[in-house]
Amino acid sequence: MIKLTSEPIIVNEVIDSVYDAGAGAVDVFIGSVRNKTSEKKVVRLEFEAYEKMALSEMEKIATAAKKKWPVCQLSIVHRVGTLNLGDLPVVIAVSTPHRPDAFEACRYVIDTLKQTVPIWKKEIFEDGEVWVAAHP
Amino acid sequence: MELEVVLFGIARDIAGSSKLKLTLADGASVKVLKKQLIAEYPEMSKLRSIAFAVDADYVDDDYQLRDKEEIVIIPPVSGG
Repeated sequence: MIKLTSEPIIVNEVIDSVYDAGAGAVDVFIGSVRNKTSEKKVVRLEFEAYEKMALSEMEKIATAAKKKWPVCQLSIVHRVGTLNLGDLPVVIAVSTPHRPDAFEACRYVIDTLKQTVPIWKKEIFEDGEVWVAAHP
Repeated sequence: MELEVVLFGIARDIAGSSKLKLTLADGASVKVLKKQLIAEYPEMSKLRSIAFAVDADYVDDDYQLRDKEEIVIIPPVSGG
């Protein structure tokens, strides 16, 4: 399952989506909206995506992960829109026959997503806002 | 040639619009487009990176643009 959604992500649905009779391990990464950045209090986050390309880039990551590791099933779900503290921007689940591959593949997916998928995050503070990582 | 430029995130905020029409010399590359954008919107030069996409796929600086093509500006991504 690869999707973008403006609704809250139901973690168990993502985990269930990678169930596979041949899998001995499921690794899950859950991103969470934290309450501060560099000691500045975060009020909320706003995510926007170039949706068509974000989906195709996520598909590319899934395909690359399946080439590198013996992945049984792999799901990536990312939120768009306004997220509040504690909300979940992203949930990734990977099932593999043995656990080392599940850990490695899951980490590869989130690390690559952060580098290539056209999704942008704006942090809203009490006294301003900033596009995350836009400037060096 | 005329190009449709689509902007997201901070690039849209800098340009003040999510769509621009730009005129470039026929056969110009992405590199030329990037120079023109920075000339018009100097704030763009302060970004950590600017990437470009055509048909929902990244293109490199040498990509030769075509008349009426839609090109999307991808400012530094920050998903996850």
